[in-house]
Amino acid sequence: MLLIPCPNCGSRDETEFHYGGQAHVAYPENPTELNDREWAEFLFYRDNTKGAFAERWLHSTGCRQWFNMLRDTVTYDIQAVYAMGTPRPATTGPAASEPGTASTAADSTTTGNAAPSTSSSSTTAPEGATK
Amino acid sequence: MANTAAINGINGLRDIRRSPASHLAAALEAGSIQGTVVLNEGPFQTMAGVRVDPRSEEGARIAAVTGGLPARCGDVAGTDRVSVLWLGPSEFLVVAPEEAHDSLGGDLIGSLVAALGEAPGQVVDLSANRTTFELSGPRARAALEKGCALDLHPRSFTVGTALNTEIGNIPVVLQKTGEESFRLFPRASFADFLGRWLLDAMREFASPEVP
Repeated sequence: MLLIPCPNCGSRDETEFHYGGQAHVAYPENPTELNDREWAEFLFYRDNTKGAFAERWLHSTGCRQWFNMLRDTVTYDIQAVYAMGTPRPATTGPAASEPGTASTAADSTTTGNAAPSTSSSSTTAPEGATK
Repeated sequence: MANTAAINGINGLRDIRRSPASHLAAALEAGSIQGTVVLNEGPFQTMAGVRVDPRSEEGARIAAVTGGLPARCGDVAGTDRVSVLWLGPSEFLVVAPEEAHDSLGGDLIGSLVAALGEAPGQVVDLSANRTTFELSGPRARAALEKGCALDLHPRSFTVGTALNTEIGNIPVVLQKTGEESFRLFPRASFADFLGRWLLDAMREFASPEVP
């Protein structure tokens, strides 16, 4: 069972969250110009990374906010938690461990992240949050 | 006095209103162990779901009506009549006694709607969305811990805070109202399940403790 540090609520049980798949999958600039193969690759093809993987999570029974998480797919080590719409943080070594991210996450609640981030999240969040 | 008259009959609808766990009333009473852990369903409450940016102008207007908006997870703001629970960075649950509802002579929903005005956000009357369970007693925390992954120890879950979490695998807003008393807000459709789940969790405390 994972203990996930939600940027708004602090560490919570994995069962309160829903997985949102790979993060940073940009919507095509001109979807109408794509051929079927390119469109299918945008829709269905995702990285299958071994190691640090940036993914989206929704705290569905908590604050109902989306956030990005950098998780090691081998060790399940949560290396970073960061806001929707921000670029993936650099992963240099085992610097950011879970207690560190939890403390920066608490700060982000008071500074930037507390606003209704509909503009940034709507671009990256999926159409329907599958239950 | 006018409020009491209004409660007694708004076209008779108030009289036929049934709370979501009313059919469990006898079971809750039978399953409660006085002095150990007691469960009952609370009275109807007026609740409003508010979505507003708390740092905006409209957020300040809403805060003026409710007596403040909570700033972070766990916080409960408001006055002694109205409490505002933090559900998300821009989402709040306003809980007040039933007679605060506009149809019973109060003005809570109407004044919230007026405070929001045309600004971005929403105020929704959720009075029928959730019911209230009141769980109290020295073993209340032990009963909750059977199905809640949060740290409910008093050092981390203090009196006067409320958290949106899962209890018995269903989403519940859990408020700590006293050292040994909790308020649970499940959605109405989960009331039967949560009531029976809590009764089951409480059952062992009726027997003497096995050392």
